[in-house]
Amino acid sequence: MSVKAMVGSTAAELLRLRKWSAIWVIVGAWLALSLSFGYVFNYVSYKTGDDNFAGDGASDAQLLAELMPSAIPDILVSGLPMFGGALAMVVGALVAGNGFGWGTWKTVFTQGPSRSAAVGGSLAAVTVFMFAMMTATLVLCAGVSVAIAAAEGQPITMPALTDLAQSFGAGFLVLEMWALLGFLVGVLAKGPALAVGLGLVWSLVVENLLRGVGSLLSGVETVTDALPGTAGGSLAGAIIGGPNGTPGVLDAISGERALVTVAAYVLVAAVAAVVVMRRRDLA
Amino acid sequence: MKELVVETDGLTKRYGDRLAVDRVSMTVRRGEVYGFLGPNGAGKTTTLRMMLGLIRPTAGAASVLGRPAGRPDVTARIGALVEGPGFYPYLSGRDNLRTMARYQGLANTEVDRVLEMVDLADRARDAFKGYSLGMKQRLGVAAAMLGAPDLLVLDEPTNGLDPAGMADMRALVVSLAEAGQTVILSSHILAEVQEICDRVGVIVEGRLLRESTVADLRGGATLRVRATPEDAALAALMRLADDEGVRRSGNETLEVELPATAAPDVVRHLVAHSIDVHEVTVAERSLEDAFFEMTSSGMASNKEVAS
Repeated sequence: MSVKAMVGSTAAELLRLRKWSAIWVIVGAWLALSLSFGYVFNYVSYKTGDDNFAGDGASDAQLLAELMPSAIPDILVSGLPMFGGALAMVVGALVAGNGFGWGTWKTVFTQGPSRSAAVGGSLAAVTVFMFAMMTATLVLCAGVSVAIAAAEGQPITMPALTDLAQSFGAGFLVLEMWALLGFLVGVLAKGPALAVGLGLVWSLVVENLLRGVGSLLSGVETVTDALPGTAGGSLAGAIIGGPNGTPGVLDAISGERALVTVAAYVLVAAVAAVVVMRRRDLA
Repeated sequence: MKELVVETDGLTKRYGDRLAVDRVSMTVRRGEVYGFLGPNGAGKTTTLRMMLGLIRPTAGAASVLGRPAGRPDVTARIGALVEGPGFYPYLSGRDNLRTMARYQGLANTEVDRVLEMVDLADRARDAFKGYSLGMKQRLGVAAAMLGAPDLLVLDEPTNGLDPAGMADMRALVVSLAEAGQTVILSSHILAEVQEICDRVGVIVEGRLLRESTVADLRGGATLRVRATPEDAALAALMRLADDEGVRRSGNETLEVELPATAAPDVVRHLVAHSIDVHEVTVAERSLEDAFFEMTSSGMASNKEVAS
């Protein structure tokens, strides 16, 4: 696989992804959800004095602190284990799976790049989009939190760069893991529908049920500790400092172990997708 | 003999119990337009897919442009439209081609060139999903021509085209052939193949029944001569042609297996023998006649082998 072919494939995939409205709808949904659950509901609760689902029992001072720029690292990752991962998975499944139904993998493979380069380019483009999604989230969080601080007459205290970098890196890895797992399932299912359906049921339902069973049976717990949802949730939990009541944020495994597990899923999903596509007949 | 661009050796593809392609050995020479014929499900597309490396053969091998089929450096020199165009529906025709061009590292000017060639430049900004079947087909041909490949593989390129579109596509293939482009053309439209192909391969139920020039496949022309008295004409013609090359076909008409250019000699010969010549026509077997004759006998013999 030549570097030139890989660069060409990545450029081609970026061109078609950035013109795909479905991708922007998903990015928009993610940003809207991040804004709503990270700031809007808490701010409304703070202003009105009503309890909300996340700030149950929290004082006004605590609620306001969570809305300040210094809390960006926490807000940045808190939505990822639940809806962020699910949306990233949908992106991956759509990017890989639709190529079978539309016949575009066939067209691409007859254009000359090796299959490894073509699939590698697609994975690289998805990675760029996940990075961009994370960057957009950071910009959104910074903008909104600074605006709230200004509106409430609070000092604008930015978080430490190391905290911000850790949070951004962890969040990006969690998104990347789910996106590449979605890509792999899209490749295996040869279509987006089954991949999206199965992926969402797995990430949102099955893993939670298994964790429920795992709390009763230690043997099952050993398995659930190695699952992507547990790893992603625990990585977010390590950044936030433990479960804060946000669905999906866990402390099931240590931050280090969670990081290694998430990274392993990223690597395995990427390699497996390339291997399957290299060996597959495109009939 | 011209350089071989494609050479397959016992190419076989089996799906479970079903033998889709059975030991196909075919050759395509540089600069020729090769017609690949066969009924639906005969194994044409499967064979083409193996040549392009989209599927792996169960047995046998294919060499394309002197190298094993499926290698990226080989595929990069082939342009292909196989079993319908596959494009991103949300992108415009032009953006689809720009995407494909980037895979090859080609400039956007190349996209404009091929759009002009297939007469799609005016609609290039429209979304692919809004294209008619014929426009989709033309975009598929345009994608195949990106980068001026050494070998063009077109699987049913006139599918969905209206008569004018078909004529345009035929003219395009002819112009490519005149420019020395090697083309493998799979088509159901036998008149089209007869008109533009140099050689053809006929595949039936996975087996390559015959590979020859179009002229050889159609067989020689026959002169139909209506003359009286018939017996005298028969005797005269048997002296002119081989005894076995003359036969009665009823209505005072005789069929003589001689080329069309022999018609003046035939007339002179008959008149010299005081025979009245009423009509001389040239009867040529069309590719369609030859194809149906061959495919029906091919299917029958395959069934005999199977039983």
